[in-house]
Amino acid sequence: MKKKMFFAGSGGQGALTIGQMIAKAGMDEGNEVTWLPSYGPEMRGGTANCTVIISDKRISCPLINEADVLVVMNLPSLRKFESMVVPGGMIFINSSIVPETSTRTDVKIIEIPANDKAAEIGNPRAANIVMLGAILAETGCCKKETVKHQIEKMFSGRKEKFLPGNIAALELYCK
Amino acid sequence: MSKVLMMGNEAFAEAAIRAGCNCYFGYPITPQNEVPEYMSHELHKAGGSFIQAESELAAVNMAYGAAAAGGRVFISTSSPGFALMQEGLGFICSCEVPIVAMNVSRGGPGVGGIQPGQADYFQVTRGGYNGDVKIPVFAPANIQESVDLIYEAFDIAEKYRNPVVIFADGMLGQMMEPVEFPPAKPIKGSDEISKDVPWAITGTDHHEGRNVVFSLRLQPDVLENHVLHMFEKYAEAEKELVRYKNINVEDAEIVFVAFGTMARICVEACELLEEKGVKAGVIRPISLWPFPNAAFDAITDKTKIVISTELSMGQMIEDVRTAVAGRWPVSLISRTGGIVPTSIEVMERALKALEEVK
Repeated sequence: MKKKMFFAGSGGQGALTIGQMIAKAGMDEGNEVTWLPSYGPEMRGGTANCTVIISDKRISCPLINEADVLVVMNLPSLRKFESMVVPGGMIFINSSIVPETSTRTDVKIIEIPANDKAAEIGNPRAANIVMLGAILAETGCCKKETVKHQIEKMFSGRKEKFLPGNIAALELYCK
Repeated sequence: MSKVLMMGNEAFAEAAIRAGCNCYFGYPITPQNEVPEYMSHELHKAGGSFIQAESELAAVNMAYGAAAAGGRVFISTSSPGFALMQEGLGFICSCEVPIVAMNVSRGGPGVGGIQPGQADYFQVTRGGYNGDVKIPVFAPANIQESVDLIYEAFDIAEKYRNPVVIFADGMLGQMMEPVEFPPAKPIKGSDEISKDVPWAITGTDHHEGRNVVFSLRLQPDVLENHVLHMFEKYAEAEKELVRYKNINVEDAEIVFVAFGTMARICVEACELLEEKGVKAGVIRPISLWPFPNAAFDAITDKTKIVISTELSMGQMIEDVRTAVAGRWPVSLISRTGGIVPTSIEVMERALKALEEVK
């Protein structure tokens, strides 16, 4: 098993965070993982992306030539990266922000209105967690329980008040 | 202890703390900023001291002073900052005080860019200091190896009374991987310091007479003897510190030589070449000085070409040519300026290079 995933969006949309959460969950489930971010003089609202590899074998190269799964949180990311998905792969599109769909016909397109759904449950900042739930449900890259446990740890102590909203966001598309 | 998912830069800093580092001096520069950031909030918890210096020049000289007093000292920077530290490193070698210096390198020359580069190969292995000086350099290829090397580097530096350089690139600093840390060594008290490093300037409470750490030796015969003494240490280091990993070299038609991030890309390029029916292997130098010449003795008659693969215009290739000693054709695959090639690009260029020698 080797899953190559690519997450892209504008700075602050949480694409890097959900990539990191999936990498951590992959590790917690006993796999080898790498998380590689783009870095640079990015300004707020600029683009940000990361590559995640989950594998049951040692990972030689953290860079990828093609992705099994692409997650785009905004339109520029869709246009820039849709060609890197392997035929039969998946593209997750944040349809609340992205007004168009992919030009690819040989991959599975999953449109998730992440911002709208997050707003509906009263937690507009958790759009990325809504998307994360959809990714878990569709790809099976890691178990919901592993991620849920991670979220419980993230939002403990003083941050505990944010926990129910994030669990609800996760479970919207991942029952 | 179980594995944690950690960013390279933070893991480098934690490894130094675990190794008993009690002094860190740094100045911000991308892509290693998370090292001083982590040190600023974690080192004091272990009982150490963090100082953000006013420049790299100040940082290296603070390190020089703290190490002369018996400190377990760590400094980190990136390429242009490492250039500024050269003078200090030469003095530190001359005075025989141990420090561990990390270069999380980026594209050059000059201020250059901030994406990963390996064009500091000459800078870390040859240096920009005056005089006859050698500095052991280790180039890890993943975060776990970085942690293990940093942890060990403090003892190597102390044993040889010389700086040790850890040479990573921006990608290794920025990425995250699972890592397991070795146990934390407690920070030494002054009694322990004066026992372990009796030459250190710890005050006369701990030893009789004065300890002096100095670089100036005006009499040529005294200076020559000092340099000869340093080279006795370097001869031992050349025997003891050689590290490398050979991957499928024995039956390879193409042998890549690559370190750090570039080596990881070459390993994947080998898999792509295998799909095309070409066997390829990798020599991965871990110690850049001493350069692992012995690794090249594993190459067989099956090999048609040795390719130095670098994120620079070809610097390590000089050491590769020396190690190969005319036994096989040597060529170069290089990208520079912060561009990191894909494994597909490396595979295609390697096939072309193989065609040219056939």
